[in-house]
Amino acid sequence: MLEGLLIGLQTAFSLQNLLMVIAGCLIGTFIGMLPGLGPMSIIAIMIPVAISMGDPSAALILLAGVYYGAIFGGSTSSILLNAPGVAGTVASSFDGYPMARQGKAGKALTIAAIASFAGGTIGAILLMVFAPALSSVALLFHSAEYFALMVVGLSAIAAFAGSGQVAKALIMTILGLIMATVGEGALFNLPRFTMGIMDLQSGFGFITLAMAMFALPEALFLVLKPKNLQGDDGEIKDLRITKDEAKAIAPVIGRQSTQGFFIGVLPGAGATIASFLGYAVERNIAPKKEQEEFGKGSIKGLAAPEAANNAACTGSFVPLLTLGIPGSGTTAILLGALIALNVTPGPRLMIDEPQIFWAVIMSMFIGNLVLLILNLPLIPYIAKVLAVPRNYLIPFILFFTLMGAYIGQNNATELLILVGFGVCATALKFADYPLAPLLIGFILGGMMEDNFARSMQLYDGIGFIWERPMTLALLVIAVLLVLLPSYRARRARARAAGIADGD
Amino acid sequence: MALDRWIALVLLGICLTYGYAAWFTMDGSLPPFMQRNPIWPSTFPKVLSILGIIACTIILLGFEKSEIKEADIDYRRLGEYHLGQAISLLVLMVVYALCLRPVGFLIATSGFLIIGSYILGERKWHIMVPVALIATGSVWYLVQEVLGIYMRPLPGIFGG
Repeated sequence: MLEGLLIGLQTAFSLQNLLMVIAGCLIGTFIGMLPGLGPMSIIAIMIPVAISMGDPSAALILLAGVYYGAIFGGSTSSILLNAPGVAGTVASSFDGYPMARQGKAGKALTIAAIASFAGGTIGAILLMVFAPALSSVALLFHSAEYFALMVVGLSAIAAFAGSGQVAKALIMTILGLIMATVGEGALFNLPRFTMGIMDLQSGFGFITLAMAMFALPEALFLVLKPKNLQGDDGEIKDLRITKDEAKAIAPVIGRQSTQGFFIGVLPGAGATIASFLGYAVERNIAPKKEQEEFGKGSIKGLAAPEAANNAACTGSFVPLLTLGIPGSGTTAILLGALIALNVTPGPRLMIDEPQIFWAVIMSMFIGNLVLLILNLPLIPYIAKVLAVPRNYLIPFILFFTLMGAYIGQNNATELLILVGFGVCATALKFADYPLAPLLIGFILGGMMEDNFARSMQLYDGIGFIWERPMTLALLVIAVLLVLLPSYRARRARARAAGIADGD
Repeated sequence: MALDRWIALVLLGICLTYGYAAWFTMDGSLPPFMQRNPIWPSTFPKVLSILGIIACTIILLGFEKSEIKEADIDYRRLGEYHLGQAISLLVLMVVYALCLRPVGFLIATSGFLIIGSYILGERKWHIMVPVALIATGSVWYLVQEVLGIYMRPLPGIFGG
């Protein structure tokens, strides 16, 4: 392994490759800030550039830099504007945006940068150590377990998002799942629930829905009830994190980097599930007092998904590099680029072309470091976005939500859907329905149904639930997660009333 | 009846319609070879519709007591807020969506940004107009020229 490391260092530290990392991170960060362009589309746009370079390690290093940069750029727009452009950063807006609202935008971005850095670096170390061994574990996970894992993720979110109102969070999750079934599914090739409308054939767009659920209601609330975006004195303060805060988030980052990495290794799970599960787990194990903070600007709630999604991005390279199986859309595009460069990822890659394998790993370290160095000094300027006067900021937020929905689909109907859902989401927000579970249900719904269908086909019926102990265990956990909070609340009420009043 | 229960009623209606479509209308058009599959396109929606109906009923009948929290905005006093501005902005967004194709990106977007800040009460035209024009131009340049995503810049009659 030491020899490999040295080869990697040698390749990665050439001037050309260092420039590639820096360029990739910069491009990724800036384009990633535009809602609507996620890592997948940015990498797809960069592929012609990468292929024309001809050198596979340089190309892969550039693309990996773009990938990290895009994930970080995506978190800035979810923290500052509550407009997550990428599914993986939705969880960062739960606590990042409230922090920005309290005038701690600078601190939120700093925490995001540090958590991303730590997540990415720990992920890269784990990748180095475990890559060969993990590839065999990833293959043990069966579609039945994926299905069960997603059920656990959804019920964890439903149980914790509703702050005592599990039924509301549950119905929102189910609504999200229902919306995911609109359009043509991959397994059936039949349009479902489109009501004969051609534009619904491909289902609702994720970005349209994300903008409608988060950014639009938020902007409307700002219009309805003007308030100062930057805290009381209008200053962007608290850029630095204190020692106590660092001490508080260090274990969170450590746990979530590890957990996120291992979730990222599973093909198909990826950064999105890692960030949601990371958020839910941290919220659950936090002390009672800190649990109340979650969703209102908790630093732990921001650090957890940020660390997890970066670690998961690194983790998703494991199946790509060792098995040649892309675990996510982004790595699938990377696989395409690699094949175009005449490199076949797979078990032989480490033996045949060690310089590529190790150079990519070393460039992950360098990429993370570069991101941190580039971003920390830029944060005060990025956070200044919030200092733009309200009369200008709100039209721009609305414009970027519209643009995000439009660029992806090039379809003006999408914009009408966006406005329609935005109004519905605002009404739901008035009535205190949590909106995050709906979006999460929508994101996971498609994958969940595919895995469910696949295991049904493999086991010729519902039998997979009791024939696979791991699936059964995960599903039992899911049921407990939903039932436990309402049971606890009921008991607490009964105790407060002195006796159970049998409501 | 509070707003959240009215919404639950609406959602119940959606779930019932969805359930009706899943249980009674979808399976008829299923090709024979698919009928031997253990899973049909309607299987997952059927499960979802039942779960949805149960959850809606729980909220509707108030089985789960919820403490009334001080909300950010109280919908019962909606008239006291800047409701007019919010509605005009929504209308503006719809107009923008309808105009984007026929009028072209540049005109539609600069119009949107200028009218948007006008609705919010900005009257400094000498700042509003240049800001909108520069922003529109740079976004268009970034998306069209740098990223290579086609957006019709001008109205169709000018060959855009």
